[in-house]
Amino acid sequence: MPSSELWAVDLFGRVFTLSTAGQQWELCRDAQLEFKRVSAAAPCCWGIACDNQVYVRVGASDVPIRCREEAYENQRWNPMGGFCEALLPSDRWPWSDVSGLQHRPLDGVALPSPHWEWESDWYVDENFGGEPTEKGGWTYAIDFPHTYTRDKKWNSCVRRRRWTRYRRYKSRDTWAKIPSEDDPQQLPDPFSDLSVGGWEITDEPVGRLSVWAVSLQGKVWYREDVSHSNPEGSSWSLVDTPGEAVQISCGPHDLLWVSLWEGQALVREGINRNNPKGSSWSVVEPPTSENGILHVSAGVGVVWAITKDRKVWFRRGVNSHNPCGTSWIEMVGEMMMVNVGLNDQVWGIGWTDRALYFRHGVTQSELSGKTWKAIVAGRECDGSRAGSLSSLLSAGCFFGDEVRGGGESRVPSDSEAERPGPDPERDVEVAGPASTPAELPWTNIDLKEPKKGPRHAAADFPEGTNLSSLALLPLGLEEPDSADCHALWAWVSGGGCAVEAHTTLKWFTAHSGLRASMQMLSLPITPAQTAAWRKQIFQQLTERTQRELENFRHYEQAVEQSVWVKTGALQWWCDWKPHKWVDVRVALEQFTGHDGVRDSILFIYYMIHEEKKYIHVFLNEVTALVPVLNEAKHSFAVYTPERTRQRWPVRLAAATEQDMSDWLALLNLCCCESRRVHGRPSPQAIWSVTCKGDIFVSEPSPDLEAPERWLPCDQMFWRQMGGHLRVVEANSRGVVWGIGYDHTAWVYTGGYGGGCFQGLASSTSNIYTQSDVKCVYIYENQRWNPVTGYTSRGLPTDRYMWSDATGLQECTKASTKPPSLQWAWVSDWFVDFSVPGGTDQEGWQYASDFPALYHGHKTMKDFVRRRRWTRKCKLVTSGPWLEVAPIALGDVSIIPETPGAHGSGPGIALWAVSDKGDVLCRLGVCELNPAGSSWLHVGTDQPFASVSIGGCYQVWAVARDGSAFYRGSVSPSKPAGLGHRQQSPGEPQPEPGNCVSPHGCAAPGAQGAGLGLWHRGGLGSPVRPGQCHQGPQELIPGDGRQAQRGAGPPQWALEGGRCPAGDPQSRLLLRPLPLTWSRTGAWSLPGALPLGKRAHEGPLSPGHPQTASALPPKEKWLWGSGWLCLDLISSQSKIRKRGFLSKVKEGVGRLEISAGEGRLLPRVGRALLGWSEDGGAARGCEKLSKCRVRVTVVGPQPALPLMGLGAGGSFYIGSCRRGWGGWRPAERGLEASARSRALGRHPPGSPTPSGQLLSCFFFFKSEKGPIWCSLKLASHSRTRCPGVIGAHVPSPLILRWIELTASFPGVPVRRARLCTVLWCSVCRPEADSKEVSLGSPPEGHWREPVASAFASSPGGGTGRRESGGSAQAKQVKGRVGGALLSVYTRGCQVSPSGHHRFFCGSALSSCCDSLVSPCPLSRATVSPPCGAPTADLLSLTEPSRFLGCFIQ
Amino acid sequence: MTDDKDVLRDVWFGRIPTCFTLYQDEITEREAEPYYLLLPRVSYLTLVTDKVKKHFEKVMRQEDISEIWFEYEGTPLKWHYPIGLLFDLLASSSALPWNITVHFKSFPEKDLLHCPSKDVIEAHFMSCVKEADALKHKSQVINEMQKKDHKQLWMGLQNDRFDQFWAINRKLMEYPAEENGFRYIPFRIYQTTTERPFIRQLFRPVATDDQLHTLGDLLKEVCPSAVAPEDGEKKNQVRIHGIEPVLETPLQWLREHLSHPDNFLHIRIIPQPAD
Repeated sequence: MPSSELWAVDLFGRVFTLSTAGQQWELCRDAQLEFKRVSAAAPCCWGIACDNQVYVRVGASDVPIRCREEAYENQRWNPMGGFCEALLPSDRWPWSDVSGLQHRPLDGVALPSPHWEWESDWYVDENFGGEPTEKGGWTYAIDFPHTYTRDKKWNSCVRRRRWTRYRRYKSRDTWAKIPSEDDPQQLPDPFSDLSVGGWEITDEPVGRLSVWAVSLQGKVWYREDVSHSNPEGSSWSLVDTPGEAVQISCGPHDLLWVSLWEGQALVREGINRNNPKGSSWSVVEPPTSENGILHVSAGVGVVWAITKDRKVWFRRGVNSHNPCGTSWIEMVGEMMMVNVGLNDQVWGIGWTDRALYFRHGVTQSELSGKTWKAIVAGRECDGSRAGSLSSLLSAGCFFGDEVRGGGESRVPSDSEAERPGPDPERDVEVAGPASTPAELPWTNIDLKEPKKGPRHAAADFPEGTNLSSLALLPLGLEEPDSADCHALWAWVSGGGCAVEAHTTLKWFTAHSGLRASMQMLSLPITPAQTAAWRKQIFQQLTERTQRELENFRHYEQAVEQSVWVKTGALQWWCDWKPHKWVDVRVALEQFTGHDGVRDSILFIYYMIHEEKKYIHVFLNEVTALVPVLNEAKHSFAVYTPERTRQRWPVRLAAATEQDMSDWLALLNLCCCESRRVHGRPSPQAIWSVTCKGDIFVSEPSPDLEAPERWLPCDQMFWRQMGGHLRVVEANSRGVVWGIGYDHTAWVYTGGYGGGCFQGLASSTSNIYTQSDVKCVYIYENQRWNPVTGYTSRGLPTDRYMWSDATGLQECTKASTKPPSLQWAWVSDWFVDFSVPGGTDQEGWQYASDFPALYHGHKTMKDFVRRRRWTRKCKLVTSGPWLEVAPIALGDVSIIPETPGAHGSGPGIALWAVSDKGDVLCRLGVCELNPAGSSWLHVGTDQPFASVSIGGCYQVWAVARDGSAFYRGSVSPSKPAGLGHRQQSPGEPQPEPGNCVSPHGCAAPGAQGAGLGLWHRGGLGSPVRPGQCHQGPQELIPGDGRQAQRGAGPPQWALEGGRCPAGDPQSRLLLRPLPLTWSRTGAWSLPGALPLGKRAHEGPLSPGHPQTASALPPKEKWLWGSGWLCLDLISSQSKIRKRGFLSKVKEGVGRLEISAGEGRLLPRVGRALLGWSEDGGAARGCEKLSKCRVRVTVVGPQPALPLMGLGAGGSFYIGSCRRGWGGWRPAERGLEASARSRALGRHPPGSPTPSGQLLSCFFFFKSEKGPIWCSLKLASHSRTRCPGVIGAHVPSPLILRWIELTASFPGVPVRRARLCTVLWCSVCRPEADSKEVSLGSPPEGHWREPVASAFASSPGGGTGRRESGGSAQAKQVKGRVGGALLSVYTRGCQVSPSGHHRFFCGSALSSCCDSLVSPCPLSRATVSPPCGAPTADLLSLTEPSRFLGCFIQ
Repeated sequence: MTDDKDVLRDVWFGRIPTCFTLYQDEITEREAEPYYLLLPRVSYLTLVTDKVKKHFEKVMRQEDISEIWFEYEGTPLKWHYPIGLLFDLLASSSALPWNITVHFKSFPEKDLLHCPSKDVIEAHFMSCVKEADALKHKSQVINEMQKKDHKQLWMGLQNDRFDQFWAINRKLMEYPAEENGFRYIPFRIYQTTTERPFIRQLFRPVATDDQLHTLGDLLKEVCPSAVAPEDGEKKNQVRIHGIEPVLETPLQWLREHLSHPDNFLHIRIIPQPAD
């Protein structure tokens, strides 16, 4: 749980914060500002300073606050000059806002306050609803208030385009003055009190804050338009009150209480989401008439008050429906003020001592709490003491008295980090005489005596009471100091301080503070000091073993290993008649084999027809143990390869949770032991999550790639990790990140176990509590009838009036349960306004009939409506995960492998999209610090949904409107790449600040073909092959054309050149000119290839008619090639017809598909793997109406395999090659595509493809359950192209998501390696002869992604290509990453060093050919022919140079 | 960093190579060959010496066979001490293998308990576990266990099955999160120099000021003679499981990781070898 802060003001007006994780007050430094009052919310803190001005302090964050300003440029066509700014008199302004009503010239748009700054200059937004527009971003219409289209038609009389500009809030982490009103009449008197609240009622996406203030004259003011994107708000507006207000308090929800001069309290009624200012006041009388209310504070469901006699009162029965509550209860204590913070926790300032108190024991069931506890955290005033206390404590717990005085020793080191690490010498040496302790970091001197000296020395620190350490000292010494340095507080605000019931606070006494820290430190791994003794024990144990056992191993063991039997009673799911749970006896027999390996058998004894029978499972065959917590039973499923094929796992249920986890842990231990899997997973481990959020990890064997040791994927052993995640991402250096259902980011700590695995199955350290929050949705449906309007009485044919999203299941508020036994409700049902499509003010969505499209406003044709109710449930578990605060993430992607950097090298690239759509790049991620250090925000024009980084720093992202973006120039030295916006093709653009210089580079031919080949330069130094062969051959038929050049550098050349020999097709290639690249860069959009070719319309499988409603096979997926990893989701199976990858109007992000009932949740992704659920997945998947598609382009192959899941649960696969693509259902095996030539074009009579496995494309699952994969084979024959076939892969699990990988041997991606193995297993004929039939014609195939140049001209290089060098071979086989692959080249020679050097011809275009070729070149470095040092491929700009590719 | 769990394994799988020879005065029918065996450190002599007994009984006359007992350099070996403890106390400085003499005659009634069957060992073992738990948890944990759990503990030890034993024993090692450790540390300190068989006292893992007690604290309190004075020469070795943990080691950690299966921390204090 991330730490949050308590804010307080002391009597001197200084503002302090105290972290929930910390022990010391930190001074909030600012330019001499002194404050009277503060009121904090999570993101910001408002305050009234002593100059009576209002200030807001917005906390620093890695994500900036940005706001988009936009203006529209309107033009009308006239016959004389075409489109021009001369509008009709009745028209709108030439420059206007979106409605056209307001004049809005670009230079007239000003920053709202000095706290904002412009991020860039104005530029034309060419993104029109996710589609790129043509030149200049114009959209056309017949007349102004009309529908705009991106295409110019004959009747397009007007056009407009949008100019956008971003401003950024710059005053972060500093007190920003709220500008006073221009009109002095408006705000005559200064404010005396202020309160922030109300964030709960307008949670995302509105995110409003209610800021209320009371002026000295007793008036109440409301600050308009305060939200997280506008932290200052816009203006103050007066709210009339029936009396003179003194003080005000706004709860996080809809409570607003005001105390009046007369002693009553005013309660605001009618506050809701649509009316945050409320509607009316009602008066609450004080508890006793003689003592009026002095101070009130409101929370979510509580109100606390102070009366004039300083008594504290608790208001009973306060809630949203009854904001006034019922009665007062007197509490103990005399307080000056109280403040209710998050979770209704209460803080107060004592009346007599001015000390700060925290109400201990406030829980949801006991809102009034138990006792007041004084907060005596020390204050850090000069910063130099920040880490001293904690270092003292960490040392102190093991050194007792010796170090206790350390806190007083004025430790010079600033922080824990600077403190010397484990230093055994120090432990010994510190027993020195009592010298000046100030010089020593800490000593073992008993500092009771000298401790006064240093403290007095701290003259700049008059109240420098390190109270927590003081408490350790004898009272007599403490008193004189503590009396005058005791902090006196004036105000406290807990609105930003999240304290939960289980939170351990270290605030209260030094005594308990010490204990708390010790608990933390008693983890043997944390304190460095422990290392000494611990290391010694480990070392001695090793020595002992060595000494006592090494020479005597031949001795007989005293105890023969025998059989151990554990028995118990469980329930077992009988999968045949009677299909029910039956009581069984189970016995686990563990024995030791001759080779010393433990093995175990699980026996299950059951009775059927009065007959005793049993089944048994060899635990060394078990591939997965999956807990299944639904059906109100604690059950788990045991999978073996055999049972996976049969789709019949052994399902067992225990009576209690404890019982189940005992069995599960034991079975898991046995399985791990027999597989010799122990400890933390290796960096190469394969991680996955189930659709229930369980985390599994599989250990690839070290000889994965050895062809003789293929491991079929159904035999992979999956071991569960504790924790709960929605997404897990790993890379091959052991960095693993995950995202929970509540968007919390987690990083793997290196432990194992947790969750239900206790004891031996879990590591002692690195296991932390993890929680997750999930929303459960139900729908309230209503139908309109003429008499009564909308009622909950539907037609007989209608859906349930309370239903799930599909309407098929009845889900009432009462009957809906949390998803499984692990979850518990944490909120009540509330109306959900953040529904895709929008809602009206009450949350309703309207439609003409039920299974239709819903929209957020009522029209005449709407006869039904629905609204979504949400309830949050929470799960608390444990696992090897630590939270990465504070930004919630929607998506995360880690570079699969940093090339050439094993165990060293630069940081690991990690990109993420926050839940608000900000693109973030994590800095400082490495093996030793997998959590990284900070986020780097990467500016974007619009919220993003997903991001993916592939090998070689290729970053792609999808915006929420569906457009695809590529990020240029990402490299280890430039982790965030360059530039930040989408560029339109063709035309020079206005210069947006320092972003990109204007240039253009569209080939006319390409434009004519409809190709938007866009780039923005700056793809700087390492241009990778993936970009290099960007220019597809199909795009420019006919003659080559010269590129059009833009105005200034940097530029790209588009070069169309007909290859002189052998290859009839022209090429288009991008080549960086040898200019400086440092200035520019941008998102470029190489996609959007609206080509004329029809996609393949694959026949649907007749056996599965339900797939007809699935992904429409007619839809095309079109985009450019490249290395592309995208995650596209459409919640309604709507795939866009043209343009970008997909039109995703709503429900973007990694949308939750299977909330609750859905079993099958595909995630098709960049690199392997699919995942699982228990046996019933096939049944559930028909109900899926949503679709999720992940598209992947990997490696330099020009064909893009992609996959989608249809509404019927069936998978589609498709390919996109050079601009066209198509779908075909995967169900029937990959049916031959009419246009695919890879296999069809084999010379007649040639054998079916066989030979070495080249790579694997992907795995996918059909709705029948079997898992299919697509294979790509590299044949040995020179004339035959590598082929792709489909094959059935038995899988142990029903896939939840599948990641797609391809041969990507340029980087030794572990995923690819894994795939290779999986492949291999399929290829192996004896693996399963029925299902893998390599000998027969394949059922289908992929379009072979080899450059057609090779396919069409077998023989490869001729003519000029060979003339480039002393070609010796046409083809070379090399080994890359252990897999044999074929390399097609134009020519080859063997270099003196023994490397094969490939000459790819004399032109760079040819070089591109070879990279497009099937050879997944490992380190396709290029060297000049003379043996000069290898240069980067594309830094070679001279087209006439030779290129060589080393296959290592 | 190696996991703490590995310590448990190392402790459990500690072995002492032993050579059993028959006492010279025993009457045999033919020459009795020495018998070599790897003895588990955490087990009990009479529990793991069935093979030894069989081996020597073969060469003896039936009527000469009575209860077997063992002796090392004149000291009868108490079967109710863990083997590792016996070794560390008596023979840690001698060369390996450990030479144990096997006797069948003249049972030293004064020094040794009779061990007629394994039930006796079990009873002894379980009573140790219960005593330890009484110190740790006021016997709450052990009392909540079922009979079969007790049996599993014992069978785990008897069959040398680490998993089997620890599946149950881990429950005995747990303590509530709000406390820093057990109520009292179950320990026994053995000294060769004194008459008392061992020292045991009530000792809390956490001091009154919430400081974690270390091994040094314990020794200072209960056995000050074992701890070398600050300036003095080290006279004694403090051994647990054949190793010498540093005195700064937190007691609670030792307790959780270096306890014997009987849940006691057996600490032996032996004179520093004169080398």
